[in-house]
Amino acid sequence: MKEKKSIMDRIAESNKSVTTGIDEKDIEFWVTIYIMGKAYKVPAGLTIMQAMEYAGYRFVRSAGCRAGFCGACATVYRKAGDYKLLTAMACQTRVEDGMFLVQIPFAPGNKAIYDINKEKYNVGVLLKHYPELARCVSCNTCTKACPQDLEVMDYIQEAIKGDFKAVAQESFDCIQCGLCAIRCPAELVQYHIAQLARRMYGRYGCQEPDHLKIRLKEIEKAKFKKAWDKLLKASIKEIEKLYAEREREPD
Amino acid sequence: MTEIKFIRGYPEYLRELIDIVNKTRMKRKDYEPPAMSKEEREEVLKLHPDYAPGGKRKISIGQNKGDIGPNEVVDLIEAYPLIEEEEIDLSKTDYNVDILIIGGGLAGTSAAIWANNQGIPPEKILLTNKLRHGDANSMMAEGGTQAADRPNDSPLMHFLDAMGGGHFTNKPDVLKALVEDAPLIMHWLLELGAMIDIEENGEFTEKWGGGTCRKRLHSCRDYTGLEELRVIRDEFRNRKIQCLEYYPAIELLKDGKGRVAGAVLWNFETGDYIIVKAKATILATGGFGRLHIRGFPTTNHYGATCDGVILAYRAGAKLRDVDTVQYHPTGAAYPQQIIGLLLTEKLRSMGAQPVNKDGEAFVFPLEPRDVEASSFIRECYIREKGVITPTGMRGVWLDTPLIELKNGEGTIENAFPGMHRMFTRFDIDMRKDPVLVFPTLHYQNGGVETDSEGRTNVEGLYVAGEISGGVHGKNRLMGNSTLDCMVFGRRSGIYAAEYVKRAKRNGKLLLEHMKKYVNMLKEAGIKPERRAPILLPEYRGKAVLARMIDIF
Repeated sequence: MKEKKSIMDRIAESNKSVTTGIDEKDIEFWVTIYIMGKAYKVPAGLTIMQAMEYAGYRFVRSAGCRAGFCGACATVYRKAGDYKLLTAMACQTRVEDGMFLVQIPFAPGNKAIYDINKEKYNVGVLLKHYPELARCVSCNTCTKACPQDLEVMDYIQEAIKGDFKAVAQESFDCIQCGLCAIRCPAELVQYHIAQLARRMYGRYGCQEPDHLKIRLKEIEKAKFKKAWDKLLKASIKEIEKLYAEREREPD
Repeated sequence: MTEIKFIRGYPEYLRELIDIVNKTRMKRKDYEPPAMSKEEREEVLKLHPDYAPGGKRKISIGQNKGDIGPNEVVDLIEAYPLIEEEEIDLSKTDYNVDILIIGGGLAGTSAAIWANNQGIPPEKILLTNKLRHGDANSMMAEGGTQAADRPNDSPLMHFLDAMGGGHFTNKPDVLKALVEDAPLIMHWLLELGAMIDIEENGEFTEKWGGGTCRKRLHSCRDYTGLEELRVIRDEFRNRKIQCLEYYPAIELLKDGKGRVAGAVLWNFETGDYIIVKAKATILATGGFGRLHIRGFPTTNHYGATCDGVILAYRAGAKLRDVDTVQYHPTGAAYPQQIIGLLLTEKLRSMGAQPVNKDGEAFVFPLEPRDVEASSFIRECYIREKGVITPTGMRGVWLDTPLIELKNGEGTIENAFPGMHRMFTRFDIDMRKDPVLVFPTLHYQNGGVETDSEGRTNVEGLYVAGEISGGVHGKNRLMGNSTLDCMVFGRRSGIYAAEYVKRAKRNGKLLLEHMKKYVNMLKEAGIKPERRAPILLPEYRGKAVLARMIDIF
């Protein structure tokens, strides 16, 4: 008698499209996309990244976390019959029929070198390190290019004014994919400017919490030494007991 | 036909199933299934991928011979190297450094900065990356970083929490280092200018993490790892420390005295190799999610393929706890584009309920991760009450609209902006509709055994971060992984720097250990079918692979 498939085998079977690559026979709906101009018929409903893999491309560049956090898969595309040049993260965007696409494997961007300990918290810091900031023509192309839907041009305007807090907060969700910089006619590297602004705000615009300062002093003065000595000498049984007895603070 | 018809992100048949969930929501609002008894837990855990039979086997060669590991990991341990000794010219070194760091996530990048702080000049440190600098699981950490800094908390409580979470199998001295350094790491992050969530009174915002007795989870909105790593990486760049990208390590090098002395790196784009000679080598290559253990999808990044563990093992490093894998209960099961991606535990702690296809709440939402995950598997595969997705996966509903119902409108947008953004990209409104979930492979609990200084049992070889084994025992708690990376990145950087200052190291570079390993493989009767490290997973379409020919 043939053995019944185990649950683990059935799970593996149902996940195979994302764990081992897609099999043509499982696909019902198809679209045609153009990867760097070449037409490929690919399963509908995949991300751009998955569709390119289905078509036979194996990524070395232009793929990172595959979850929308790392900015490695910046993609530029046009749709048939549309004049607009669009941008996306390949791992977070569904393929559409008639998409003409290319990926940006690397964004050359000038990063200022500085010592955060030696900077003064004044409005001129960003312009000092990135004088090209003043070249912004407020065209809003950066904002349109941002796959995170950040108000990039707005934070660049705040950067010109030297408002670290505003830049820091508005740019916080930036994944540094480089699409803004690639599209900018004034040749700014928005994401590096924002990085400096956030570090300035984090370092000088915020106070170190008192509780942390106190705890650091306690550790420095070896306040917990005796308790540690005792705990590290305890048997696993005793540690299990201490664990069971600990009280959870109220919600 | 080229288009699937979607109604607000879901195909029609799923819409009909959502209606069933909608109908029972008000009844479930004030009802929660009770937590399981110990016996019930033990029963359901038999379905957990770690315990279900068939997934593991004994390692047949090397220093951990006889130990158990997942088949996918043992396959790579019992695999042949990518290179032959004869094809590598070891007489010419391309880099001669004090410290070589392999892997540029939070652990490796922190190690470089702290080695530099110890007086190792930037041109004597080399950080190499398989992909870009920063392409790492660290970047995707949503939840936060644990540190015991509130007055009602202490490093000792943090210690007890992590011990319990690890089923008391953690190495105590290593864990002590983790929890005691945690406040120092928070201080370091602030000094570098990281933006950590702060309350109006100036104190840190600290949240619950699963399995802890105090609120000590520090977050940067829901982009914690992204903020930590981009700040630390920016500092690294300011120091002008040497950095290579798209240069994976394919073998470690040793000297005549059995010490690790560098590595062979391979240019991922041009295919040529380079030789790095180093007095100390720190492996910070992360975990193994992309091995898709037991066929599970993963939360991990593209390069999480267990490379470092394989290289270290061939060089003689001991492993521990590699048999345990952390599966997160709530990975996305739909849409196809985000299968396996993480939906944080915090959704359930704020009221979202797991619900089956009949609209029933079938499990207490906050069981331990392994129990919760197993109960989802039972619902889908034993009780047949799961929902079948358009790709043939099974999953259960996570009823996210309950969060808004219980905490007020707008809660999801405020508390989960990143997740809300992700679902919105696929036209799903998680405030109004439930989402489909199934367990996903999340974390490598064990790895290369480390001590409290990041040292392995092989002289000259250090490890930091997810690659290491010991600190979390057999199960890691939420918020301890980013902390692990920074604490042991720092420690390995400092102690490796101290080591290279006193070590007299100028031996010849050898691949003798690799040759011996190959002999062991042959003696064990293992056929040269598999090679490792695999560097990247294979996702190309089956039809294309079947017709691929190698002529150029």
